[in-house]
Amino acid sequence: METLSNEKVTEDMIPPDITQPLPLTDDFVPGESNFIQVKDFKFFYGKKQALHGINLEIPSRKVTAFIGPSGCGKSTLLRNFNRMNELIPGVRHEGDITIHGTSIYDPSVEIIALRRRIGMVFQKSNPFPMSIYENIVYPLRIAGQKNRAVLDETVERCLRSAALWEEVKDRLHESALGLSGGQMQRLCIARAVASRPEILLMDEPCSALDPIATAKVEELIIELKKDFTILIVTHNMQQASRVSELTAFFYLGNLVEFDSTRKIFTNPSKKQTEEYITGRFG
Amino acid sequence: MGVASIPVGPESPIQREYRPRTDFFKGICWLASLLTVLLLVCILLEVFSKAWPAIHRFGFGFITGVQWSPNREVFGVLPVLIGTGISSLLALLFALPLGLAIALFLSEDFLPAPIRQVIRFVIELLAAIPSVVYGLWGIFVVVPLVQQYGGILADKLGFLPIFQGPAYGNSLLTASIVLALMVLPTITAISRSTLVTVPYALREGSYALGATRWETILGVILPTAAPGIVASSILAFGRAMGETMAVAMLIGNSQRLSWSFLAPSNTLSALLANQFAEADGIQVNALMYAAALLVLMTLCVNIAGEAILRHTQKTTAGLR
Repeated sequence: METLSNEKVTEDMIPPDITQPLPLTDDFVPGESNFIQVKDFKFFYGKKQALHGINLEIPSRKVTAFIGPSGCGKSTLLRNFNRMNELIPGVRHEGDITIHGTSIYDPSVEIIALRRRIGMVFQKSNPFPMSIYENIVYPLRIAGQKNRAVLDETVERCLRSAALWEEVKDRLHESALGLSGGQMQRLCIARAVASRPEILLMDEPCSALDPIATAKVEELIIELKKDFTILIVTHNMQQASRVSELTAFFYLGNLVEFDSTRKIFTNPSKKQTEEYITGRFG
Repeated sequence: MGVASIPVGPESPIQREYRPRTDFFKGICWLASLLTVLLLVCILLEVFSKAWPAIHRFGFGFITGVQWSPNREVFGVLPVLIGTGISSLLALLFALPLGLAIALFLSEDFLPAPIRQVIRFVIELLAAIPSVVYGLWGIFVVVPLVQQYGGILADKLGFLPIFQGPAYGNSLLTASIVLALMVLPTITAISRSTLVTVPYALREGSYALGATRWETILGVILPTAAPGIVASSILAFGRAMGETMAVAMLIGNSQRLSWSFLAPSNTLSALLANQFAEADGIQVNALMYAAALLVLMTLCVNIAGEAILRHTQKTTAGLR
């Protein structure tokens, strides 16, 4: 099992210009149907098995929602796409996850490069205690980008794509902690897209937000799917039906049903799915 | 706050029943806080009233004077003030990088938790060693070391005023090295406790953006913990300024103005400890004047520390 402490960043892993897509993505074809493939994926926290052989094919540039009751494994699966689970001691996996045909567990795949290709937005917004500007350029700075023009351009691009530019353009150098909860979460989205990832992972991004802020983030998600493949974990059924095109329903570490959101919410083929959607358990 | 949210009116039976007891404990709390403030005021008054004859007679010249000669009744503490400041600063300079490194080491998971716990305990035990024992250890270990290697410093770097020879064993440098060890637990303990309270979400956020562990430590964790680290430094500085016994045993007690770290020097607290027992007449007042200066300086350092801490806490309030 690889851990963070023995990672090595080699020169060729960090492209000199991080605003360019990474080499792995050169032959990326928009609209690919099996962009992300999860193959018989099992995951264990110590002795406890959290995922039981998941098989899933996720198309690119769509929003895919993961739903299911607490503890069903949806967040665990989400956090495997960028290998965040490996921060937890004692975890292991079986099976494979591929992105555009390349296994994320391939020895040639650098965990750091992988995480730059895959942005992540967490349940609770986690802006760093620095300025709005510095928050967004953080991934570029750690990649060694020093060109002021590139940094400035990235800040504006990311804030615009997170629909935050108009609100904060006059206080870019003020602390990010002065923003409202919804603005902070959108800032985190802006930061997550700064290294031009292809995939955005969202782990209940609205669960700590009020309805107005939630609506703004949802609008943003719909806007962002033009450029990104979005995987979103949500407890909110309405949210899944509003923002996603595909929905995967998980229960007790198994993938019960995976289909178009319309199908899942109107005519699910499994009884468990129907019971969950209609609120009979969960 | 919790009580206020219970919807009971002013006449509710609950409040009527509890009021006398609440008032009693409130009164005790008020009294205790008042006594603390009074105590500080009384100490300050006492120090300043005993110092007053000297303040009246020597005025500001006491602070700028470079001569300390009780026989001629000439009193100036500038060399001692400088000694106090430089010895504390040097101690901080030695202790901060080491203390911060230890704090980081103890807050990250480089080692298994039980081993970290032991190291942490040992470092906090450093604070339990009496000052006079540090002084003795300094006499037997640090003084010979400074004598031996100080000569080399004076030879090679003697062109710098701070390393001008000859190198004495009992010197500013010796005192600073021992002071650094004495303030190390303060820096380590406060920095560590701030580092461990950095929310895990920030660490996670940094890793998710493709940062390595060191990038995360340098880019996110240390900046987030900065207020606590600043606070630990200021408290350590204050402690070094007030530290008496070990310094009095090691610094050489010389009131001669010298910029060399290798020369004997003095601090306000060491001056008081060394001279008070045999002082009489105006010298007692002069020493009280020095004590007043010391109290003012430590008060200012602590107030400044509080202010910085508060200011930075305000800006990071959204994190918790």
